[in-house]
Amino acid sequence: MRICILLTLGAITICQTPIYAQQDIQKQLQRQLIMAEDGSVIELPAGRYQLSSTLSLEGKKKVLIKGAGMDKTILNFKGQSEGAEGLRVSNAQDIIIRDLTVQDTKGDGIKTMNVTGITFKQVKVEWTGTPAKENGAYGLYPVQCQQVLIDSCTAIGASDAGLYVGQSKDIVVRNCLAKNNVAGIEIENSLHAEVYDNEATENTGGILVFDLPDLVQKKGGYVKVFNNNIHHNNFPNFAPKGNTVAKVPAGTGVMILATNHVEVFNNKIHYNNSAGTAIISYFMTENPIKDSTYTPYPATVYIHDNDYIRDHVKFQGKGRIGLMFKFKLGFGKNVPHIFYDGILNKDWTDASGQYKPEYRICIADNKNASFANLDAGNKFKNVSRDAELYNCSNPVTTTTTVKSGD
Amino acid sequence: MQRIIRIITGITLLLGLTIALLASRTGSPAPKEHLSEYGFFSGNMADQTPVSGIMPYQLNTPLFSDYAEKLRFIQLPPDSVITYDSVNVMHFPVGATLIKTFYYPKDFRAPEKGRRLMETRLLTHTAEGWKALVYIWNDEQTEATLEVAGDRKPVQFIDHHGRTVSFDYIVPNLNQCKGCHNTNEVMTPIGPTARQMNGDFHYAGGTENQLQHWIKAGILSGLDDVAHAPRAPVWNDPTTGSLEARARTWLEINCAHCHKPDGPGKTSGLFLLASEKDPTKIGINKPPVAAGRGAADLQFDIVPGHPEKSILIYRMASTDPGIMMPELSRKLTHKEGVELVREWIRSMK
Repeated sequence: MRICILLTLGAITICQTPIYAQQDIQKQLQRQLIMAEDGSVIELPAGRYQLSSTLSLEGKKKVLIKGAGMDKTILNFKGQSEGAEGLRVSNAQDIIIRDLTVQDTKGDGIKTMNVTGITFKQVKVEWTGTPAKENGAYGLYPVQCQQVLIDSCTAIGASDAGLYVGQSKDIVVRNCLAKNNVAGIEIENSLHAEVYDNEATENTGGILVFDLPDLVQKKGGYVKVFNNNIHHNNFPNFAPKGNTVAKVPAGTGVMILATNHVEVFNNKIHYNNSAGTAIISYFMTENPIKDSTYTPYPATVYIHDNDYIRDHVKFQGKGRIGLMFKFKLGFGKNVPHIFYDGILNKDWTDASGQYKPEYRICIADNKNASFANLDAGNKFKNVSRDAELYNCSNPVTTTTTVKSGD
Repeated sequence: MQRIIRIITGITLLLGLTIALLASRTGSPAPKEHLSEYGFFSGNMADQTPVSGIMPYQLNTPLFSDYAEKLRFIQLPPDSVITYDSVNVMHFPVGATLIKTFYYPKDFRAPEKGRRLMETRLLTHTAEGWKALVYIWNDEQTEATLEVAGDRKPVQFIDHHGRTVSFDYIVPNLNQCKGCHNTNEVMTPIGPTARQMNGDFHYAGGTENQLQHWIKAGILSGLDDVAHAPRAPVWNDPTTGSLEARARTWLEINCAHCHKPDGPGKTSGLFLLASEKDPTKIGINKPPVAAGRGAADLQFDIVPGHPEKSILIYRMASTDPGIMMPELSRKLTHKEGVELVREWIRSMK
């Protein structure tokens, strides 16, 4: 309790003597995080905290970090001189971060690693100013966590993904807003995730579900994306080129890359003018695959009951995928709402050469949706716009256990 | 002025509280507020002359810490021994303390002109595991005081080339200690492996191999003959190992505490232990995973023959916190280390 009073004193001091107090408030907050007993509450009163290094919480249980509200308690890291993120939580259990804003970190906004039970509620992470590749990579960044809840959060301006869950299990992302990021929401190499009631807009790509090679958690999947408003994701890609998301074409609504067991339904997928929904293998990245345990093919995907609208314009994306659309596919302005690269894993096909039922890509009951199979494995020779082959259902069952987090 | 006094009073109060809480949290004896209370050194503490029973040591290839020089010592409980391990950090008995003091010579070309001690870090093996503590030296160089929350101190020195270098030296907070000293989320020492210790040290009584010296002193068990122990090369001494061996050793000590299968950098799938054999895992033609700005416009961690296209080099050379590696405790670039790894990548077919 004494710490809080002193902290407040520090906060008052910071207003009057900013140069001394900056280092002082950094130390006081960090000290609180180090000394926090299991079960304690760390309150950050309303105000703007100017910070120069990462704040970190390590090895704690049941700690609540609580601000006075989004945009009321602001942790600003402009000019950060140390640390690869704003706030870092590691090796912990049952941590809640809520009601605060993290701004302008040099690297990621909030990274949590190896935490069982991590809740973000009403947290905003943003990079102010024009979105640029100098912005940090991820806004909220739980990695190798279990029981992840991201609820009513906002991410703006991330040069990779605004709300990113990687190599984790048991995940809910809901009621969030992702805007002006390269990827709005991304679920990567993660198992059992539900992404619903979110708005993803003005990103390069709205919602991405990826499985990548060479990672510790090899296999993601069992992901449901539903009831989201995924619209106007046409923002020019500003990711540093070396990253996988740098290959995502501007104008992507939902992209499923090499992931199995994914269901996308009841979403509004509007005005994402390149690929309303893309289902592709890792081959489309043109990266080499050296990981023998990795499966580069998407399978058991079910896209249904979504509502599609796009402007009558050409494919918006640039780069090699843009060139592919421009020169190889000849869609002009009739770009399909949904496309599939059509590259099949021969181990999963039946006598007819198509996937066995349990592996099928199903696309059904979508409103206003046109389709194309790009036949990308065959130099785009037999592009087909007939979706009849995909008229099936392959629902996904997730086993998320995440509670409200309050 | 009153305000400053209030801050100082606040900090002093907090320090007392900190010590009490640290003690209650760990269940081990309360850490001392001042370094002098441990009695590690005789005479003027800044001279860093260890009392009898405290043994100095060094590593063949140390971690780069912004060009800081380091003095390392080990204190063992009476009648205890260290158990040899040919691969991992050797097994130190409960009660052992590793002591490491960071300092800058005023002029690297002329050490006799004096030095400034920055901090002394203690890593103590308690019954509940290893615990880290950091003591920051005062400007008068008479005492070092416990600090859990880290600090930054402006530093100036003249380097080997006669250039003046000025920057803010970062003292890590206790959580940051765990950022590197971490195997499966358990705090562990990094440096004192047999490979790193297998080299000569200039003891008061003459130069001798450190492992040999420990065997003779009766404090190392499990190794009869130093000739059987592996030896890490000295990164900047070509007589001690091939270009590849030296580069891999430099990468191991600077990176592999995180970039190993049971370290905090495992999420990247990039593993830089010198023993790693899989070319993709050491970064060769491996795309980045979550590198963000760290990847720049480059496609792979290492592109054989092309250091300029290798993300590894780009991140090692940067001092931008959103790009650089290691992520912590580095404000300067280790130019000579980067050059070594560059040379190795350039030599790859």
